[in-house]
Order: sequence, then C-alpha cells, then structure tokens
Amino acid sequence: MPKDHGIGASSKRREDVRFLTGKGVYTDDMAMQGQVHAVMVRSTVAHGKIVSIDTSGALEMPGVLAVFTGEDFVEVGGNPAGWLIHSRNGEPMREPKRPVLAHGKVRHVGDAYAAVIAETYAQAKDAAEAVAAAAQIAELPAIIDMKTAVADSSNRVHDEIPDNVCFDWGWVEDNRAAVDAAMKAAPHVTTLELVNNRLVPNAIEPRASIGEYFPGTGNYKLTTTSQNPHMTQLLISAFVLGIPEHKLTVVAPDVGGGFGSKIYHYGEEALVLAASKKLGRPVAWTAERSESFLSDAHGRDHVTKIEVGATLDGEILAFRTETLANVGAYLSNFATVTPTFLHGTVMAGPYKVPHVYVNLKTVFTNTAPVDAYRGAGRPEATYSLERVVDKMARELKLDPIEVRRKNLLTPDQFPYTTPVAVIYDTGNYQATLEKSLELADYDGFGARAADSAKRGKLRGIGLSTWVEACGLAPSHLVGVLGARVGLYDAATVRVNATGSLSVMVGAHSHGQGHETVFAQIVADKLGIPEENIDIVHGDTSKVPFGMGTYGSRSLAVCGSAVTKAVDKIIAKGKKIAAHMLEAAEGDIVFENGSFSVAGTDKSKSFGEIAFSAYVPHNYPLETLEPGLEETAFYDPGNFTYPAGAYLCEVEVDPETGKVEVVNFTCADDFGNVMNPMIVEGQVHGGVAQGIGQAIIEQTSYDADGQLLSGSYMEYAMPRADDMPMFTVDHSCVTPCTHNPLGAKGCGEAGAIGSPPAVVNAVIDALQRGGYTHVTHVDMPLTPSRVWQAMQG
Amino acid sequence: MTKVTMTVNGKSVSADSEARTLLSEFLREGLRLTGTHVGCDTSQCGACVVHVDGLAVKSCTVLAQDVAGAEVRTIEGMANADGSLGVIQQAFQDHHGLQCGFCTPGMVMTAASLLKDNPKPTEHEVREYLEGNICRCTGYHNIVKAIMAASGQDVSAIAAE
Repeated sequence: MPKDHGIGASSKRREDVRFLTGKGVYTDDMAMQGQVHAVMVRSTVAHGKIVSIDTSGALEMPGVLAVFTGEDFVEVGGNPAGWLIHSRNGEPMREPKRPVLAHGKVRHVGDAYAAVIAETYAQAKDAAEAVAAAAQIAELPAIIDMKTAVADSSNRVHDEIPDNVCFDWGWVEDNRAAVDAAMKAAPHVTTLELVNNRLVPNAIEPRASIGEYFPGTGNYKLTTTSQNPHMTQLLISAFVLGIPEHKLTVVAPDVGGGFGSKIYHYGEEALVLAASKKLGRPVAWTAERSESFLSDAHGRDHVTKIEVGATLDGEILAFRTETLANVGAYLSNFATVTPTFLHGTVMAGPYKVPHVYVNLKTVFTNTAPVDAYRGAGRPEATYSLERVVDKMARELKLDPIEVRRKNLLTPDQFPYTTPVAVIYDTGNYQATLEKSLELADYDGFGARAADSAKRGKLRGIGLSTWVEACGLAPSHLVGVLGARVGLYDAATVRVNATGSLSVMVGAHSHGQGHETVFAQIVADKLGIPEENIDIVHGDTSKVPFGMGTYGSRSLAVCGSAVTKAVDKIIAKGKKIAAHMLEAAEGDIVFENGSFSVAGTDKSKSFGEIAFSAYVPHNYPLETLEPGLEETAFYDPGNFTYPAGAYLCEVEVDPETGKVEVVNFTCADDFGNVMNPMIVEGQVHGGVAQGIGQAIIEQTSYDADGQLLSGSYMEYAMPRADDMPMFTVDHSCVTPCTHNPLGAKGCGEAGAIGSPPAVVNAVIDALQRGGYTHVTHVDMPLTPSRVWQAMQG
Repeated sequence: MTKVTMTVNGKSVSADSEARTLLSEFLREGLRLTGTHVGCDTSQCGACVVHVDGLAVKSCTVLAQDVAGAEVRTIEGMANADGSLGVIQQAFQDHHGLQCGFCTPGMVMTAASLLKDNPKPTEHEVREYLEGNICRCTGYHNIVKAIMAASGQDVSAIAAE
C-alpha cells in the first residue's frame, strides 16, 4: 500500500495551485512603484574592437533616462570563475576579466556593450537601436572552431592569451604513463572521435532582473531569475560591484526553469542595481528569447577522442580521452569545473576498469559562454564511455549487453575507489541493468523489429549503463580541487508558538517541488500534518546562507540540513518535555508528534511543547533558552553516486533517415526516494532533454560567429510529438551511506544516461538493417545526417 | 494611446493601448493579469495562449486593438466558480503535469481548446495538438496523461511506472 503522506508518499504538489491559476509570481510579473526599463545593446559581430560609442543621440530621445557603457564599470570588479583549475604543468588557468558591460572589445554576438534605461520598455528599445547605430565597432576575425583557435596564435579572443587555451588539464596526471602502457599492451583498442553538441538550455522563462536602491537605508534589492540567490549576492558583493553583503538582498521568486543556465551571475544583474542607484528608480530588465539564445550560458560543446583498450572477450583494460572543451568568450562561474571535475571524475563509469586518463583543454572562442547545463560534464563523460564501449563490443562481435555484464562493478566491490579518484559508496549496477531489460521486454525485441520491418522501418535497441557524481559537494574535497566556495547547504526550522512551522532553506525551487518534498520530510519526522509546514526559499534576507540548486544537490545536501535542523528541534523539545513532565531527559521518547515518558502514559503534544517554548511559564529558563528555532548546516562527506541502466528503442525510416524514439525505459538507483511522483517527473524531463540532444537540438555558429540557431524557428526544441511515453523505475535502491536521508539525487540522471542510449539504438538499427559501414553518427541524429551516413 | 475595452474572464475591462500593444502586454501590463506568460518572440512557445471568442490564440501575436470588444478568457478564469481547480487544472495537479509552471497557463488553455473540439482525444491526437506549446521540464509524459485524464479516459494503462 503506497504511503499517503510523509517520506515516500506521492504527495501532490502544493505549489501547483498557484501555477495552475495564474497566481505564480515570476520576476517579470512584478511591477515595482516607479519602475523603469533597461534594454541591453548587444554586439552584432562576434569579435570587434570598440572604437567609440556615441550615446548623445539616444540620450535626447523620448523617455530616455541614462545610457551605460563599459566605461561606467571600469572602476568596479569582474564576474569571476568559481573554480581555479591548474594545468598539467602546474600553471594556474588563464582567467580574463569578465566585465559588467564589454569594454575595449566585444567577444561574441550578443555581448552587451551598452544599456539604455527609459521610462517605458518601448522607449528603451528604440533608443538601444540608436546607440547601436551610432557605435563604431571595428570587426576582427572571429575565432569559432576550437582546433583552429588552439593552433593559430595570431588571432586571440583575449589579447593576453596567445593560444586561446584556458588550461590544459590531466586527470589523474599520475595515471598517464600506466594508461599509455595498458593501451599499448591491450589486445584490442577501439577509437572513437565524437562531438558532444552545444545546446542552449532554454528554460521557458527568459532571464529577468529588477534592481532597487533604497536611499534612506543605502540598501539594495535584486529580484532575479536565479537558481542560487546567495551565490549571486556574494559575487555582486565581493567581486563585481562591492556593495557590502549586508546591504544587498537577492530574491529569486518563482523561477520558470533553470537547467543550469540560471545558476550564474550575469552582467544584467549588476547593471540594474547600478542603474537603480544612479536614477533612484527601480530598474527592470527582461530578456527577449533571442537574447536568451545569444547570452544565456550554453551547454556541452566538447570534441573528444576516446580510446578503450580491451581483451578480445571484451574485458575493459583502460580508457584514455583527449578533449577540447569550449568555454566561449568569457569564463562563466562554473565553466572551469564542469568539463574537469564534473567530467573527469566519472570517466571510469560503472566499470571495474583499472586504468583511466583524461586530458582536456578548455578553449576560448568568440561564442557565448559555455557552462553547466543539466548533467554538466557527466553527460559528456557518459556519452563518450557508452558510445565507445558499444563500438568496442561491435568490433569484437560481442553482445553489448554481455560486455556490460562482464565489466560492471559488482555489489561486493563497494565502497569502490576508482582510478579517477572518487569513492563510490554504494550501488548495484547488475540490478538496474537486469531491471531495465525486464521492463523493456528485451526478449520481445525481435518480434517488435519484425513488425517494424513490415512497416518499412529499421528498429534498433540501445543501452546505456551509467553512474554520476552529484549531491555537490564535500567542501573539504572541492577545496583541494580548486573550488572558491564551500558546497554545504543550510536550513532553519522555526516552530511558531502555535505549533505550525516555517522552514527556511538554502536550496531554490524552480520546478523541483521543494515546497512539497521538504514539507513531507519535516512532517514525517515530526509527526505533524504537511499543511502545518511552510517552506521558505529564494530570499537572502530570510533564509540561511545556502548554495542553491544544481548538481542534483537539493535533497541530498539541503534535505540533509533540514533533517539535521529537525533533529535539533526534537532534542530541544525533549528537554522542555522532561521539565514539564518532571522526568529525566533520557526517559523522554518522541513518537508520532508527541513527547512521552517511556513506559508511562504521561505525554505532551508537539504543540504544547512549542507553546511552552514561547510562553515559558513552566520552563527550565535557568538552563534552556526559550523559543524553538534551530539552524543546521550540512556539508556532505562525499559526492552521491546515482546510477542506472537506460534502454532506448528507435525506428529509423530508411527512406528519409528520420529517427523516432518509440520506447524508452529507465531503471534508476536514486537511493531512498521521498516523493515517487516528483522523482519520475524529474526523470521524464531529463530524458526528454537527452533525447532532444541526441536527435534534434543543435546550436550552430557560422564561421563568422553568427548564431544560426537563434530562435525557436531554427533551434529544434523537443515538442510533445517528438517524445514517447517513458517507462521509469526506481525500485533498485542502494541507499547513500553518508547522508541522513540515504538519498542520492535524481535531477540530472535522465539527461546524463539517455543520449548514448539513443545513439546506440540508431547505430543498432542501421547495423541490423545492413548498413554495417555506419559505426558512428554525431549528434543530433537529424534525418539528413542519418541518411547521409547510410549512403556512405 | 487608445482606450481598449474587452470582456476578460466575464468582466468588462478597459485599459490604454498603443497601436503596437500586443494582447499579451495588454493583459499583463494593462490589466495586471500576469498568469499569461511570454516565453519567446516568435510565436513558438505557447506560454501566452488565451481564448479569444472561444478560440485558442497566442496573445503575443494579436494586437490588443484588433480584439476590442472580444470575449477573452485567460488562465485566471479557468477555476470553478467556488475557486477550486477546474477539471483540467485538477488533472494537471493530480498527474504532475507541471514543474516550473511557466508554460502551464498556455498548456491548460490549449488543452481546454482541444477537449472542446475533441472530447476524447487519443494520445497521438493530444501530442499533435500540443505542437505549438513547448515545455522544457516535463518531457510531456505527464502533460499528455493529464489531458487524457481530464477527458475522462482511464490513464492507468499509460502510467508507465
């Protein structure tokens, strides 16, 4: 019988009611008193020297209040990278300044070099066109292709960086010689060169920000579309504008999706704050969709050569990769950790492979910055691994499923230290593999393929077995690896005098359902109804310092902080109860929402204890403070390691090359699950993004750096009719051993595990259909690419 | 500026409108009905879908002055008279057909239009009809399920769990 409340119940989401009735409040829904509007002036060339920006004409236009350029921000700081990575030779990465507005040069199409503030949006937009018309920008040759960027030092994105390389990284560098030797000795080596295609995250709510300055107090408030308002506050305070942290509040209200793109601090946020101070008016900016395409941080964009060394019966001996990873024109906040420690640390996959070495160069180009997008580094690793293992199996004429069975880590090997320096705490990869085969009716594939053939279609099935590292992150470890922040999270549980609760959390919900799930956890532990609990998030003036939501961390990290804070409430409640019940503290038991003396019928309800804490007439005041409010910070002891097996079935139309995903089956191990309905929804969404990457989504720049896929007219977003119904299972549970919930996280799994399953399925369909020369097609597998591959 | 009058969610309303004012702007800024969202500039995403004289339209593609006098219905007008969720809204909550909520108003308005034209759509028909509505969160699985459930069909067979 499924639970109907608390941990493990599919509680309906409380936030849905406001979203379904149009009462959600997103940033652009707000209208501050006296609000004026900002429009950014963006470069139309990929690379150019700013010769002059004549703003005089724009300043004369109706309603225009101010025009800002890069000159106005020369005296302030820049937007930093959050991780310092060192190259193999020990040198620190090259870290060019990222200003609020471009100064001296523009470095990608969409790079903002000026901003107009006017009474109305339309007036600001008109004046922005006038600024653009009066600006003189001398176009320079664009640096777009990574291989060319690295080879040609005559053309530089940043003048001080001769080869356009940010760093040249090895992981683990000490493994290099052993891997080279293992590869040389291997009876078989399979090599695959592949592209992990650049994606635009495309949260449906465009970025938006409102800056407010309050002259009476000298305080600032930024309302913004953020996944982690505290980091934005810290960056603006400590690095960009120097506003003292205690004078700046950052609020992220309802946020319409993020997928990584709203983790980062962007220049527009600093701009609206600075403009508000200058003008004494709230300043609002909302991106048009075309601006989202041009200026949101993009994702992926790796070019990789991967090799696997194996025995002739398919035992994996070594993996070796060389990758060029695009970081775009500037370093976005997580741009340096995404291709390194979120990628290299999972390059052993779920396999008992003894030797792994990853070499990766990050390259500056005249394109939009690239940063973490759902999965962030782990999809790139998983795609490389699962494609090359499949190719190896085919070359050796082995069943790809048997090759997985042979190489997957076994349950008795945990905890397992990988050759890429992380420790998987728990897992049962056989269980998820066998579960996926059962749920997908693998044995019935032949009959389904025959049916497809009758309809003139080629059917294929593809597998991906994967493990990821998430629940970011143990601060002691990431500090050693170069992180410039800690990655704990925090929660405050405030029991009100009447026994209801306000729980303030550092994680931010923008679709994940925290308001429901965190209330389930608290209700379960305290034995009180979920509706008596309110979850507060997204306001730095209300919630304790948290690190926000990304990296599938909200439950594993912030949920653990919530759990710890509730434990403190119970511990204090026991002290109060012991006094009221005239018993020893050690004899007090807390169960089902009441404190009782063990072995007696004497008890006090949770509400009575709460009331006593705030009306302390009968209370141990000499030893215990009144009130019932506790804060806990939780810093994880390790990453968490969700894992799973995904099976994809496709039909390929041999006449057109069109790929249709007809079945998709997921068997995941997320550790303990709090709300199955929400977990399944997270997997659905992640898989859809992975299928989108695999078959339709592509970000294209031409040789001049013009973005060819700059709107929904050109960038293929997955529609309802691109997707099948998904089969999703999370019954194979190996609980995380190092957090109190036993939870591993589920937000990114779908996007990590699915792309190689899709591509493997298409290759399988083509091979079965007789197109045996097709061993790889780069994503996205559009009809033209598949058809051309079939033609040889 | 011209004063434009229309009926929105059963009430006669007026607000100033420039010639270039879009219906989405008129609703959001003129009437402060911010449940209708704008997610793109090219009439693709469908977050702005409302009903004009009973037809689902993208309000970012309609000039407010062109629909003066029309009957407009928005997400704010979809709940039952007692404030409880309407059938489609309730199905979206029951089947987890929304995550961030941004595309949701457009999805609900499009679903209402579909079910008016086709009271018992097949899964394929639902997916086809949603061609003009983009969701980045849900993978559509639960949206399709919710719409079919709202039509009174048994969706337990497509639970796929």
